[in-house]
Amino acid sequence: MIVTDRFIARTRLQDRAFSVLGATLTVGAMLFLGILLFDLARDGLSRIDWQFLTSFPSRRPGMAGVLSAWVGSLLIMLVTAVTAIPLGIAAGVYLEEYARKNWFATAIEINITNLAGVPSIIFGLMALGLFVFRFNFGQSILAGGLTLGCLILPIVIVSTREALRTIPRGMREAAYALGATRWQVARHHLLPYSLPGIATGVIIAISRAIGETAPLITIGALTFIAFLPPAPVTLDPEFAVQPLKWVWSPFTVLPIQMFNWVSRPGDDFLRNAAATGIILIGLTLTMNAVAVVLRYRMRRRIKW
Amino acid sequence: MVTSAAPRHAAPPVHAGPARMTATPPPIPTLLDSDVVRPAPPASRAIKAQVENFSFFYSTVQALADVSLPFRERAITALIGPSGCGKTTLLRCFNRMHDLYPGNRYVGRILLHPDNLNIVAREVDPISLRMRISMVFQKPNPFPKSIFENVAYGLRLRGIRSRSELEGRIQVALEDAALWGEVKDRLRKPAYDLSGGQQQRLCIARALANEPEVLLLDEPTSALDPIATSRIEDLIVELKERVTIAIVTHNMQQAARISDYTAFMYLGKLIEYGATAEVFQNPKCKETEDYVTGRFG
Repeated sequence: MIVTDRFIARTRLQDRAFSVLGATLTVGAMLFLGILLFDLARDGLSRIDWQFLTSFPSRRPGMAGVLSAWVGSLLIMLVTAVTAIPLGIAAGVYLEEYARKNWFATAIEINITNLAGVPSIIFGLMALGLFVFRFNFGQSILAGGLTLGCLILPIVIVSTREALRTIPRGMREAAYALGATRWQVARHHLLPYSLPGIATGVIIAISRAIGETAPLITIGALTFIAFLPPAPVTLDPEFAVQPLKWVWSPFTVLPIQMFNWVSRPGDDFLRNAAATGIILIGLTLTMNAVAVVLRYRMRRRIKW
Repeated sequence: MVTSAAPRHAAPPVHAGPARMTATPPPIPTLLDSDVVRPAPPASRAIKAQVENFSFFYSTVQALADVSLPFRERAITALIGPSGCGKTTLLRCFNRMHDLYPGNRYVGRILLHPDNLNIVAREVDPISLRMRISMVFQKPNPFPKSIFENVAYGLRLRGIRSRSELEGRIQVALEDAALWGEVKDRLRKPAYDLSGGQQQRLCIARALANEPEVLLLDEPTSALDPIATSRIEDLIVELKERVTIAIVTHNMQQAARISDYTAFMYLGKLIEYGATAEVFQNPKCKETEDYVTGRFG
């Protein structure tokens, strides 16, 4: 068959056009992000110092800090991770490996996928009714952590299932053929092999949760906290008797603190807000970097 | 192809030089020549497993229809036939692999001797069955673990904890699989560093370590080069003295070379079963003859 040079030139041109378009859009997006970060850094970077990290909020912007906010964020994430990760992975393994594939499983599957797309404030409303009032957890770290746990549960489940699906069928069959039970197959093979994928999903979920504001405001997180939760965060002799007392403590988190400062008049509070934003972005980027490193290191050991 | 008597998967082609071109071409060896086919087994051997009026359904699609055939002890039984004839489906019934996927249904019996256990009966626990019957798959599928851990896995599932016992059994299994010499200095290295042929021998070692009564081989050499294939074929022939072997193969030369009995299947039915020499040299059915001579398939 003879293909004319003009025809080939035309297909080449289309190929070139797309690569130029793609490059332009990529550079544009990066530039946009860069400007955003630069703007934030110009406003807030000079404000970040030891005093800012170790002070409670204050009416005077120069004396204010984010101590209670970053401690709150970390504790909330701890509760979220401890509840959502095991539950989500277990649910993912169950749905993928144990559950019979019938209409009920399909219905659950569709619901979980949809749940991942529900606006976060809806989760806040549910948590307000369920955790705060029905279970009487109050506006505590426990209630906040569980709220965000619910929020990221579908993401953890979905990423667990996706990770399990990438395992070749031959791996399962090899293990079953040797006489393994479903639990042994999951425990010895599927979970270890899918760990890089699960870890990536989990960390992305957590870094989404750390920026969430709406559901925590909905359950009534405070915006002004001038004390830290009890031990182990602060030295508290009661720690030995009630090691989990801190989960009942009221809290605030970084995005709420930021939101609070943005809504105040005066440039100084805006500088505080920008500084808080930088800390938040730094936290998120650090977690994403950890995810990338984890995935890379674990993938290197597993290949087929 | 229709008139040629050459089999579809011909033996390595004869490299005819220019001098040869003018002379009469030498006869191409076919499976009907006695020297290609294994001699008939000395006497019929005790039956290890008996398939009886067995049918199998992938939900509503019938894949096997009323199959009956024996698998004899200390012998290799080959299942041959064109793609989609049900040979792999039948093999995977022996360790109930079909249980892993929903909607599959077994009808009839597959009796495992000496205890007359109906393999496909619902009340038979597939786990206890798989403790007695091992399988090697078409594509080498070692676990992404070390060579040692690959062979140890089946033993660990059988409750063997002692380090020294594991090490001893693993060495024996790797020796049986003709792999020990190549891997003895790197047992802790990942199994995926091995070549394809070594990986498949590792999978055979993994299956043998459990001392199975029956070894199922599902086209074990189809992903391998000729040299690796011939090593594995030699290995299979050696192993039959200790374990009943059922092998599915697409390669008729392979069936002819290594098996003692051959079952030819077509469209989910068993067309012909007999001593391999009989099936290849003196087939009773027209379809068998057409297939083994390469006229279709």
